[in-house]
Amino acid sequence: MPEIPPRTRCAGTGVYRACAVAAALALGLTACSGDGGGERTENVELTVMAAASLTDVFTEIAESFEEEHPEVTVVLNFAGSGELAQQIASGAPADVFASADTTTMERVVEAGDLDADWAAEHGEEGLVFATNTLMIAVPPGNPAGVSSLHDLTSEDVSTAFCADEVPCGTATGIALEAAGLEVAPVTLEEDVRAVLTKVELGEVDAGLVYETDVISAGDRVKGIGFPEAKEALNEYPIGVLANSESPERAAAWVDFVTGQGAPIMREAGFGTP
Amino acid sequence: MTAPTPRVGRGPSGNGTARVPWVLVLPALIGLLFLLLPLVGLLVRAPWATMGRRIVDPDVLTALWLSLSTSTAATLVSLVLGVPLAWSLARTEFPGRRLVRALVTVPLVIPPVVGGVALLLVLGRNGIVGQYLYSWFGLTLPFTPAAVVVAQVFVAMPFLVIGVEGALRGADRRYEEAAATLGAGRVTVFTRVTLPMILPGIGAGAVLCWARALGEFGATITFAGNFPGTTQTMPLAVYMAMQRDPEAAIVLSLVLLLVSLAVLATLRERWMSV
Repeated sequence: MPEIPPRTRCAGTGVYRACAVAAALALGLTACSGDGGGERTENVELTVMAAASLTDVFTEIAESFEEEHPEVTVVLNFAGSGELAQQIASGAPADVFASADTTTMERVVEAGDLDADWAAEHGEEGLVFATNTLMIAVPPGNPAGVSSLHDLTSEDVSTAFCADEVPCGTATGIALEAAGLEVAPVTLEEDVRAVLTKVELGEVDAGLVYETDVISAGDRVKGIGFPEAKEALNEYPIGVLANSESPERAAAWVDFVTGQGAPIMREAGFGTP
Repeated sequence: MTAPTPRVGRGPSGNGTARVPWVLVLPALIGLLFLLLPLVGLLVRAPWATMGRRIVDPDVLTALWLSLSTSTAATLVSLVLGVPLAWSLARTEFPGRRLVRALVTVPLVIPPVVGGVALLLVLGRNGIVGQYLYSWFGLTLPFTPAAVVVAQVFVAMPFLVIGVEGALRGADRRYEEAAATLGAGRVTVFTRVTLPMILPGIGAGAVLCWARALGEFGATITFAGNFPGTTQTMPLAVYMAMQRDPEAAIVLSLVLLLVSLAVLATLRERWMSV
């Protein structure tokens, strides 16, 4: 697909680190070299496919995970949830899938791509590990004076939404319906980051994005909460994939995300169950 | 050593087909296969049962119409601006011409998404130029069909310029010089001698330009946004469909492919018969 490459955290650093570890072990163990029996110098790659909105938190969580499991290198592959589901359906080698919505995870489940043993234990539809709330984002200075969801219905306010096809678009639809409002956006962006960019550049007066995006954008946008956002809480399910070559390690990653990862998630603005 | 004499007229057709050098044919076949296999993939995976119903979907027709009209408009704009630009590069001497020539190809090199961001920074509502368009005339370019055309011109015009410049360099300048010695001004020479001479080159450049504009995705979605009927061209519709319904994306791709092939084939026929 064109021009929007999945952001892959360079595996090179991890491999390099792994090599360094292996070299150190080799230096230390020259005396015993030859038997090579019980040494855990073998490096395992764990491929995690995750929704683009998890980029920052998963990168941070992966670092902590690798510290705790030095034999594992976490390879992160970020893209739109739908795109990732498509890649998984096409047989892309991956161990874990974290989706930005339950609908996309359902597609993966229906295709039989979740690890059966893991799913039986943790949930057939994956495990919800985070929630994200919608927020109105406006450029600094709020040129159109937006203060509520209702203000977006004004013709003088240009608005960018996510397209219906992507999770944040679905959430936008639910929130508007809950508020009983009809808004005519000027554009339906392909993902939530694209909405944020349009707001940051001041090309639109307002956009609906996630709270986490507002936090990560810092001073570049201003976030405005609205009560109907609670109706459109976006749930992030995670699951071990049937394709996984080491389902135990994949399950360990999931446990780590839901356990030690939770404070990192909350700090970034996610809700955790 | 005696060089092998070409045995013209000994093959059945008399053009030497019997001595096809495999060192050329083998890579040619592999190349052709490589280009055609993805198309086969689309055809194999297409949902033929529901094809008829999907094609006449008003949304598909809207996107198709928008694609055809914007890419045609972009080609016309590129012709008006690009042919004179190519002429300047090929027929005049000015300091920094090589640099200008290199700069013309910049849109070919940078990823279209980056081109889209650059266009936003210049022509957006807060852009270097766009802010004046907005404050003086109340014009905002992004999120309009005009923005789609702008994005397509940016990405596709270099193809035309390079094609036409090549044609100009290949054209025999003596005709132009003869016209000039007979008293024709530079503009007359250009319109009455140069243009007719390089018409096939312009045509080829325009077709490339049109095809590139038709397939434009990155700069369009970044600069013009994505809204059905206004800025959602076929490539954008394909991308959006891919998120939820891959089969619909295949249908859209095939429609775009068939329509563009039909247009190109028609054009080519017209051309060859001239």
